[in-house]
Amino acid sequence: MISGIPELRTVLEPEARAWLDTAVDRIIADPTAIGALFPAVRRRCGRARIDGHWTIDEAARAVLLTALPLHDPALTETVGALHRHGDPAEQRAVLRALPLIDDEGRFLFLVRETLRGNDTTLIEAALGPYAARHLPDDEYRQAVLKCVFYEIPLSRVAGLDERADAELARMLADFARERIAAGRAVPEDITPVIRAFAPADDRPAALDGAS
Amino acid sequence: MRIFDPHIHMTSRTTDDYEAMFAAGVRALVEPAFWLGQPRTSPESFYDYFDSLLGWEPYRAAQFGIQHFCTIALNPKEANDPRCMPVLDELPRYLAKDRVVAVGEIGYDSMTKEEDEALARQLQLAIEHELPALVHTPHRDKEAGTRRTLDVVRESGIAPELVVLDHLNELTVSMVLDSGCWAGFSVYPKTKMSEDRMVRIIQEHGSDRVLVNSAADWGRSDPLKTRKTGLAMLAAGFAADEVDKVLWRNPVAFYGQSGRLDLDPVLDEPKPDESATYQGNSIKRGGE
Ligand SMILES: [Zn+2]
Repeated sequence: MISGIPELRTVLEPEARAWLDTAVDRIIADPTAIGALFPAVRRRCGRARIDGHWTIDEAARAVLLTALPLHDPALTETVGALHRHGDPAEQRAVLRALPLIDDEGRFLFLVRETLRGNDTTLIEAALGPYAARHLPDDEYRQAVLKCVFYEIPLSRVAGLDERADAELARMLADFARERIAAGRAVPEDITPVIRAFAPADDRPAALDGAS
Repeated sequence: MRIFDPHIHMTSRTTDDYEAMFAAGVRALVEPAFWLGQPRTSPESFYDYFDSLLGWEPYRAAQFGIQHFCTIALNPKEANDPRCMPVLDELPRYLAKDRVVAVGEIGYDSMTKEEDEALARQLQLAIEHELPALVHTPHRDKEAGTRRTLDVVRESGIAPELVVLDHLNELTVSMVLDSGCWAGFSVYPKTKMSEDRMVRIIQEHGSDRVLVNSAADWGRSDPLKTRKTGLAMLAAGFAADEVDKVLWRNPVAFYGQSGRLDLDPVLDEPKPDESATYQGNSIKRGGE
């Protein structure tokens, strides 16, 4: 099994495992078969959570995506159509599987489309290792700020340790000042970034008092 | 009182409605694809609408503790516009989705040839996808229209227990229940059906295969009519268990036939989405 996808054999019921094996064989023989198989995964395999990153349906859909015997432009077209025609569960699976099927950033258009939306479950799925590796600096900073607005914990945003910089710290410090002025709470998880990069004289004073 | 509204158009309703519905006991609902008031002039605007019934609207509902499912179809009114007909070819893609628990709303509006074809084709789609069908009965010429609808349902070969005929009244209820189909009633502030009439119908015909909905939409309507009907039933002497059957167990049994009514066993915890509850995400109120 491709690295990055958790070991599904131990968590799937025998019937679900057989269905998934057959689905993979069918996709290898005829990649267009994925169109009907992809939406059926959750009903066939389940949707329980496996670990902090994957649910069963997302991992099983990732298995189908990595089975596609396609290269560009057919791969981008097929995966793009699965996302375009997918419900949110299917779209989350596509977003989580991106680092397994592409290492050149060809699917950034899917990440960008998701980041324009409001569904926090999709935004979170879009901000995994793929976005951390490929999103340009300015877009990555905007995405982090959007997470703060949407109360998505920053611990769920991939790559923050490597990609946080002085500009992001300034944006977060400005956000904190705005919140403090409005008498609203400042999320605690932004202070490490501010402390690491913003000069001490450019930090909201209230933050230095906090924990 | 736990309530499942089997027919309500939440796309047209506000977050105040969601809050009031949760407070009234609504924990799950089905939003049928329907006419939006303003005619659509291209198939693409249907696809964006279907996507929102599968994406944004369930997300919005979940923030208020309500589980949202939908039915997908080309509605009878717009089946008369040749520009919208290509939608029929794209329906299978949507009928494959997890939260789609029936084909609907289909049925007659003006009983045209085009509506005949759209109804028959979509009943076949329900059979192929092993889904129930939500069939609306016409507002004008209702009795003849209901009779004709039952004929088409019979000719299609779909099992009657997989079909609900909706917006029924005193004159159409018997023929529908006799056919083996389910009987749906839309309780409305002025037209269609009132709580008290609804109570009398259940007294006379019983509560088997009966669904009560608010059918609330962008017109003058009331998303709390389900609860008001439950209260009217209690006031008329029905037991709480009978109210629970009509307002919860019946819709669960009908849409459960899809095999896709994946209801959360815990009903009283509002949460954005099952995947977001991991590590306890907070409840959010949408846009920036
Ligand atoms: Zn309706």
